[in-house]
Amino acid sequence: MRRLPMQTSALPAPHAMPRERISKSKESNETMTDKNEWPLFEVFIRSKQGLAHQHAGSLHAADAEMAIENARDVYTRRSEGQSIWVVPSTAITATSPDDKSVLFDPADTKVYRHPTFYDVPDEVECL
Amino acid sequence: MAVAALKNDTLSPDRQVLFDYAVMLGDTALIHGQRLSEWTSHAPTVELDIALGNQALDLIGQARMFLEYAGKVEEAGRDEDALAFLRDGFDFRNLLIVELPNGDFGHTMARQFIMGVYSSLLYEALSASQDDQLAGIAKKAVKEQRYHARHGGEWLVRLGDGTEESHARAQRGLDELWPYTHELFTTDPVESAAAELGFGVDPSGLRAEWDGLVDDVLARAGLSRPEDDWQPDGGKRGEHTENLGYILAELQFLQRAYPGAEW
Repeated sequence: MRRLPMQTSALPAPHAMPRERISKSKESNETMTDKNEWPLFEVFIRSKQGLAHQHAGSLHAADAEMAIENARDVYTRRSEGQSIWVVPSTAITATSPDDKSVLFDPADTKVYRHPTFYDVPDEVECL
Repeated sequence: MAVAALKNDTLSPDRQVLFDYAVMLGDTALIHGQRLSEWTSHAPTVELDIALGNQALDLIGQARMFLEYAGKVEEAGRDEDALAFLRDGFDFRNLLIVELPNGDFGHTMARQFIMGVYSSLLYEALSASQDDQLAGIAKKAVKEQRYHARHGGEWLVRLGDGTEESHARAQRGLDELWPYTHELFTTDPVESAAAELGFGVDPSGLRAEWDGLVDDVLARAGLSRPEDDWQPDGGKRGEHTENLGYILAELQFLQRAYPGAEW
């Protein structure tokens, strides 16, 4: 159901497809479904004044304004939100799972980067 | 749930008007919500399924508040469930437009928009009611109705300005509903009495603003305003279309078959 660009990046871009494959697939149900399906939007909700927007999920909508209304109905019906951002899913560039070890593993051995070597006063609540 | 009681004959004329008026508002919200809830699991997308379900629940919530209050005013032992489930069709005072079948999505969006704009204006005026309870309910409900108007209006624009088919369906929905919009602005004796007593709204005064807001969206949508021709009414007097009986059969079945059932 959810298709992040990350997962589809393995497929050839439409312009890279051989011409006859495109014209053939136009008649198939699959292409009809794709054609009739609304674009996907990623939804970010800010729950409280001052906190950052957080990714809440994704949904289909005909355009950005409609995506806001859908997000309001799907993700804020239990008073979760103060503010909504929507972003077309295609606008998101994601890391590839193959790069995981190169990008993230080196940080695993650097414990000194964590702010755990000093005491936090009890009065400080928002850490 | 309280057992249905006979009408309280000792009610003062003013309290009777307040009861009738609260029932009128509650019934329109109740029947509208029940109708709209039929979309559940049938909407075009899961997002719209949730949106329409939310709106139906908004309406049922408004109905509950108005009918609960009516029951208290009446002092005959009837709560909101007794008023919703144990009255017959001729006791219902809802507008005819909300009992009409949903039709297609274009038809439903046209009604959500028409009723959203109307109820927003009605509840905005009712927020100034001298009756604190009615004013309180109206203040809560007006926010919900403004969203229904916005959601329905945005969809009318997209359908009207969309494909040939979506335009035709939105226009057809509008054409079918239009005759029933006139009843929104007729003044029933209960409404004029409620307005005179300072707690109700005479809906004829809402017409000009409703016309303006509706015309704006129709222009944006490229839809044409239907001609004013046939103007059916009667809902406010308890004279309904044949549709209401079917709605009540479904709405009331459980409490009729299993009196007092709770869960």
